[in-house]
Amino acid sequence: MSARDKRLLLLHERDNVLVCCEAIAAGTELLIEGQMTVLATDLELGHKLARRDIAAGEKITRYGLPIGSATQPAGLGQHVHTHNMKSDYLASHHRNAVGGGP
Amino acid sequence: MSSVPALRGYPRADGRKGIRNVVLVAYLVECAHHVARRIVSRADHPDIQLIGFPGCFPNDYALKLMKRLCTHPNVGGALLVSLGCEGFNRDALSAAITTSSRPVKNLVIQERGGTLTSIDEGLRWVTGIHGELCAIEPVPMEVDELVVATICGGSDGTSGISANPAVGHCFDRLVAAGATCVFEETGELIGCEQIMAARAITPELGAEIQACVDKAARYYSTLGYGSFAPGNADGGLSTIEEKSLGAYMKSGASPISGIIKPGDFAPAGGGLYLMDVVPDGEVRFGFPNISDNAEIVEMIASGAHLTLFTTGRGSVVGSAISPVIKICANPDTYERMTGDMDINAGRILRGEASPDEVGEEIYRKVIDIARGKTSKSEDLGHQEFILTYKHFDALGPACLPRR
Repeated sequence: MSARDKRLLLLHERDNVLVCCEAIAAGTELLIEGQMTVLATDLELGHKLARRDIAAGEKITRYGLPIGSATQPAGLGQHVHTHNMKSDYLASHHRNAVGGGP
Repeated sequence: MSSVPALRGYPRADGRKGIRNVVLVAYLVECAHHVARRIVSRADHPDIQLIGFPGCFPNDYALKLMKRLCTHPNVGGALLVSLGCEGFNRDALSAAITTSSRPVKNLVIQERGGTLTSIDEGLRWVTGIHGELCAIEPVPMEVDELVVATICGGSDGTSGISANPAVGHCFDRLVAAGATCVFEETGELIGCEQIMAARAITPELGAEIQACVDKAARYYSTLGYGSFAPGNADGGLSTIEEKSLGAYMKSGASPISGIIKPGDFAPAGGGLYLMDVVPDGEVRFGFPNISDNAEIVEMIASGAHLTLFTTGRGSVVGSAISPVIKICANPDTYERMTGDMDINAGRILRGEASPDEVGEEIYRKVIDIARGKTSKSEDLGHQEFILTYKHFDALGPACLPRR
């Protein structure tokens, strides 16, 4: 379970996403929690990918804490970002206009 | 705590101890800045430092902070430099310093015959007082007597995944050792309020935490800028709560024992405290904090002995009064600016260390600095200081359950 590419950072045991420590090109073979997968898209430093299969509606967990919810399923190794997840907080803070909206 | 290594501290009359022994030269209006600066540059000693307040109009917050700063445990005495006609209440400030058993002198330029005579008289005084302070013998000090602050500045996509979690680990170690730890910038904690509230030691404090983040959201919204820029998404951040959580990581995982405002002291006994830096009431005087150093000064006013400063893009600042320890989140920045950085948290991104390991390294650095070693920003002579106008109401009763 713990075998993982060194370019992927796990911030908390409860997390279902990993963070890229450097840019990784599409087509790169990545070992994620013992499973080999091929990266479908380029990933930049600081971006996230799924540590395991994530269902639509599931909380995305980083630092062991929820950072939003999946709007679509994300398979192991898939990029997790604004295209497949959303904030759970914006509705209560709409005045604080989010600059880069969808 | 017998296994905790003893620090060395300068004893003060109020029972607190300082890890530095500084003489302050404080100008009380911009018109007195030059004279004060010339005194400090002529004295040319790292422990003779310049602070001040530029405004001519009086302000309760500025007076309170100047009182706290001039009686900070790292400070042994203060020279107050006035032009003479400004609105700052120099007598009240001077009285507070005298009450604290510290030497103080009011130097009023208009009464001293102008620039040159004021510089000469001020220089003689600070040189003499500095000599007296050098005779004070440090006494043993424990980690549970420390107040440690944290701030992030010049942040980038790496801050929240390397330096900030490492500082969080260090904060947990410090809180476990009985120290007082302070984190802040409620405007950059929008989205974390529920998670933070759940860490409060009472439900009533939790409600106050939610309220103060709501206040920050209203205040920043009135000022007209949001807290999530397009660049955040480019850097991999997907939501406002993800961005805020990156900053929030500095607070670690300890229970939150209370809220303080700038210049308020946390109750004895240590613990983790949130500083509410956003002014109360309607928006006035402009941005809550116009730069990172304004926030550092506010935490020093609440007794911080030193500040843990995380940066991705590479801030170079230090501070007057209390040392700043620089923790660099980005490995590329660290290589470019090694001379300014105390800790390379970028190693986490290169797989060379875990956040916990870097957190331990920061903890050891805190101990070293508190024992009298100097930080990079101190060695480089950084003694930035800024204090502006603000308004705060008194803390609500639920903010400090342990008082």
